[in-house]
Amino acid sequence: MDSASSDRTAPGQHLAPTVARSVKVLVVGAFGVGKTTLIGAVSEIDPLRTEERITTASVGIDPGQPNKETTTVAMDFGRITVTEDIALYLFGTPGQRRFWDLWAGLADGAVGALVMIDTRHLEDSFEVLDQLELRTKIPFAVVVNQFPDSPNYPLERVRAALDLLPETPIVECDARDRQSAVLTLITLVEHAMTFPVFQKVTA
Amino acid sequence: MDTEEYRDHPVRSYVLTSGRAHPSRNTLRPETLVRAVESRPVLSTASRLERELVELCRGTLALAEVAAYLQLPVSLVAVMVSDLVDTGNLTIRSNHQAHVLPGKDILEKILDGLRKL
Repeated sequence: MDSASSDRTAPGQHLAPTVARSVKVLVVGAFGVGKTTLIGAVSEIDPLRTEERITTASVGIDPGQPNKETTTVAMDFGRITVTEDIALYLFGTPGQRRFWDLWAGLADGAVGALVMIDTRHLEDSFEVLDQLELRTKIPFAVVVNQFPDSPNYPLERVRAALDLLPETPIVECDARDRQSAVLTLITLVEHAMTFPVFQKVTA
Repeated sequence: MDTEEYRDHPVRSYVLTSGRAHPSRNTLRPETLVRAVESRPVLSTASRLERELVELCRGTLALAEVAAYLQLPVSLVAVMVSDLVDTGNLTIRSNHQAHVLPGKDILEKILDGLRKL
């Protein structure tokens, strides 16, 4: 990562003038699973954050704040200029139930999603995976973020526990490591290329 | 990290957009690329925030980046960007259409690019 000198409140980290197209990948997962870490590891800019207010009326009940009418959702994101004319944006969105409507909308037009998993809290992933399959048709790859105290389960056991389809890729990753994070993106895009919806050539 | 604290803006959102919640075009997404049209002066009636937005877009940025730098929600910035496209001050750099996915050729280029990182 070479963006250490940048100031995230200082605008001006423009894309190269040759960039004329953008694509996006979602990074979804439970709280604290390492979404922002992974985004920061591959992004050419320091991860940025936007916040959106959403009304709880349409997104269910926030158990912590039963009387709250609006809630806010933070989205951390970064970007990679992958070719001279294409920028890839990575949008990290929280996996909690009350944010599902938001990221189902965000999934529109996405190449796919990286679903980040912490094997110490595997049960946190079930809802996210269910909803991703139910609400979107986008390709996804499961990324097992390795924490120092993560149990060393074989990937096939994690696959079985998560009840993944045989074709769904599952990879281990150190979200802090750039090459490791880049590999997760390569895995996802390769997987997306097998989807009929991406077979046609761009007009 | 994943904190969800909210930094409220001193001006309520609907004031900034004259009460509108939706942009005049529905093809704007967080990743849509926008850029200022240098030759086009900003209208004298433009707000300070609109001037700031156009200034920010002297180079290409995604809508989400504009929102992050202005510390405003993406949905609100979409309304402002849409207006500024209507007045000719901004141009949409990426040719997104709603519900249109990138084709296989684009994915291949992305893969090539990622493998070179």
